[in-house]
Amino acid sequence: MARAISTNKKISNTAVAGTLGFFMFFPILWILILSFKTEEDAVRAPLEVLFGSGWTTEGYSAVQARSDYFKFFMNSVIISVGSTILGLMIAIPAAWSMAFVPAKRTKDVLMWMLSTKMLPPVGVIIPIYLICIKFDILDNRAMLVFVLMMINLPIIIWMLYTYFKEIPGEILEAARMDGASLKDEVLYVLTPMAIPGMASTALLNIILAWNEAFWTLNLTSAKAAPLTAFIASYSSPEGLFYAKLSAASIMAIAPILIMGWFSQKQLVRGLTFGAVK
Amino acid sequence: MGRIQLKQVQKKFGEVEVIPPLDLTIEDGEFTVFVGPSGCGKSTLLRLIAGLEDTSGGNIDIDGADATDLPPAKRGLAMVFQSYALYPHMSVRKNIAFPMKMAKMPEDEQKRRIESAAKALNLTDYLDRKPGQLSGGQRQRVAIGRAIVREPAAFLFDEPLSNLDAALRVGMRMEIGELHKKLETTMIYVTHDQVEAMTMADKIVVLQAGVIEQVGSPLELYRTPRNKFVAGFIGSPKMNLIEGPEAAKHDAHTIGIRPEHIEVSTTEGQWQGTVGVAEHLGSDTFIHIHGVAGCDPMTVRTVGDIAVKHGDTVYLTPNADLIHKFGADGLRL
Repeated sequence: MARAISTNKKISNTAVAGTLGFFMFFPILWILILSFKTEEDAVRAPLEVLFGSGWTTEGYSAVQARSDYFKFFMNSVIISVGSTILGLMIAIPAAWSMAFVPAKRTKDVLMWMLSTKMLPPVGVIIPIYLICIKFDILDNRAMLVFVLMMINLPIIIWMLYTYFKEIPGEILEAARMDGASLKDEVLYVLTPMAIPGMASTALLNIILAWNEAFWTLNLTSAKAAPLTAFIASYSSPEGLFYAKLSAASIMAIAPILIMGWFSQKQLVRGLTFGAVK
Repeated sequence: MGRIQLKQVQKKFGEVEVIPPLDLTIEDGEFTVFVGPSGCGKSTLLRLIAGLEDTSGGNIDIDGADATDLPPAKRGLAMVFQSYALYPHMSVRKNIAFPMKMAKMPEDEQKRRIESAAKALNLTDYLDRKPGQLSGGQRQRVAIGRAIVREPAAFLFDEPLSNLDAALRVGMRMEIGELHKKLETTMIYVTHDQVEAMTMADKIVVLQAGVIEQVGSPLELYRTPRNKFVAGFIGSPKMNLIEGPEAAKHDAHTIGIRPEHIEVSTTEGQWQGTVGVAEHLGSDTFIHIHGVAGCDPMTVRTVGDIAVKHGDTVYLTPNADLIHKFGADGLRL
């Protein structure tokens, strides 16, 4: 039997969890509220914002009139999906070989890859920026796809490695005994078993790439700028436009929030994969 | 056909030699069991034959042809793993069909073989289930089915019953035995359980630390163990090994007497001792006796309805014809 929990305890736990959840969600809620206000209303005291002012969609129309949302959106899609696909293409064979034919230094290689994530990105921005200037690829989508792929590759490899490790070696040996070539083994046995892991890796990486701001802000200006740059463009030296900034933020995060919402079951399963036998 | 010959086969993992060069011939149609304590190299030997491990030296011939460097798939052998190693994402039908699909066998032949294997293994009603929906015994049958349909030159079993409960194990033991009688195909079976070895094998290969201690039929090993290790390993309960003056009387360093070859009496006998634990199994009783010089405790197997209890004094008389004598080097004299 599960541990007995009294009703009172349940109520207080729910209240605490609910409050915490509300605090975490509040900034996004506030942005959502502000996005439906006029600029004048948006800078009023919080209670007045809530109860003392009307609602409007003029923030959204102003944003759409000022900049081409769809262009930024497409850049975000291309950069996040592109870097994920490219990353998987490199990471699947890498993780496969490390999981199934490990060498003496495999663990070290994995640790080394993880260590690159400990490096502050700002430490390498200058060389990368200079390389981009030299090759004339600043503000270029293909360059961003490549850079973001490189940034997230360690995480992709680590996740896939963990999933592949979960696949019992005996099953692959059985396939070998059954006459499967390496190609058959990967195609009929390994891939179907690893698909849940690959899917959640891909989802997580799309989210990471979508939200990536440091590199996208520093390496783009107009042509290749994704939605992160789109938001940033609303905090300008002319002053802050809270309503428009909020509207832009909502437009930037909505697609990924919706995608995350629909795929959360897959995502959670992927992230806790192997935690419980 | 399935005659397997190992010639000076050797395996090293790095600097560690787990199997020193060994020779062994497994005749066509024979049920051979590799038995030994864990870590003795029996599974490694099986994996060398399967081709899942590369040899470090020597040759493996299958049906007269050198198979040492052939990949597993090309050796014509089928293997049943301890964990069953079924493909979890495929139905039972697809699991069984997999090796035939890899061999690009015609569909109708595949279907025929699946149906006959399913019938033989009582799996007909489960063909569309996934392995996760089956019990341990059923999974084991699917693994065997997957091996049968290939009509291999030999079957390799790697401790296939160790994940099953005791009752099921006895049942599956018989099923595998029947299967061997029916198919008359060479089978190599690895186990650490000497009871499995004794009940199933035509030929037992006893291994210790990668070295073959003895090869022979179950009764040969039981009657004439070549050394102390085999004497102690084969037979249940274990043979009593006695050292010291009692052994010297027989001109040996050690003498061995099986628990079932000792007479128990409450009045008279050659040796005297006190009862420690008496295990009443109903059909027989195992008595562990303390106080016999050179062997403590000594185990005796006797009739079921003997009334002895802890602390009783008993007298023991070994059957003189069935005493095994071993020299100081552990070898049979």
